[in-house]
Amino acid sequence: MDEEQLRCFVDIVQHYFANQGGKAAEVGSPYLADPEALPMLDVTGVIGISGARQGCIYVTAGRELLRNLLLYVGETDLSDANLADMAGEMANTISGNARTHFGPEFMISVPLVVQGRAQGFQMPKGVKAYVIPMRWHKFEASLVVSLV
Amino acid sequence: MKLMIVDDSNIIRSKIARALGKHGLEIAALASNGQEAVRCFTTVRPDLVTMDLTMPNMDGIECIRRLRQINPDVRVLVVSALADKATAIAALKEGAQGFLHKPFTEDDLTEAMDELLGVRNG
Repeated sequence: MDEEQLRCFVDIVQHYFANQGGKAAEVGSPYLADPEALPMLDVTGVIGISGARQGCIYVTAGRELLRNLLLYVGETDLSDANLADMAGEMANTISGNARTHFGPEFMISVPLVVQGRAQGFQMPKGVKAYVIPMRWHKFEASLVVSLV
Repeated sequence: MKLMIVDDSNIIRSKIARALGKHGLEIAALASNGQEAVRCFTTVRPDLVTMDLTMPNMDGIECIRRLRQINPDVRVLVVSALADKATAIAALKEGAQGFLHKPFTEDDLTEAMDELLGVRNG
């Protein structure tokens, strides 16, 4: 991943929250992290990447962020199922939008959603990931991009 | 006019149904993947379809192809996160008439639907 590619993800995240949440997310400085040190909050939406690039992209967020985002998009059903759906849809949208930069051979899977750390998934071994921290209103989340 | 909404996200299905229901369309069916959409299509016979592309079981491009084999006059608005030109062109080649990128607002959606209906009326 180069700086331009990271910039692409930062722009997509900011546009996502501005469009869906009425306010762009504040994005912190991206950093490289080992697989065992990656952030995982309450709910995580994961997209597998194949084709020209391999790896995964995930969005991890707390329940409060997801609840508030659901309310912003007009959804009054704040069930666990919809919180999971929100995390999956965010990951799907951010990954799909990245094809403007990476091209049509950047293939994305349907979302997988995991709750907390207990049901954590395996990141590709030996591949570091970029963490893009973000804050929307007072709520924290992270976008994690691990691509080779 | 009868609308079928196809998307694997319940939140997106609800959002589209709320916006286009208020906009005067009859929400005739909701489907969470392409296979389900093909099954519903023959019984519901919608005039319009909003179609996601990345879905389990059958993706949106294949689903558009199948729906248009059943009814070549159906109008399809693709609503997808896949933002590259090649995907939009592929969907249009299969017979979609409009393309709306996620994320979208209610206004974006109603404008895209009006444009889709205008294509036929004009």
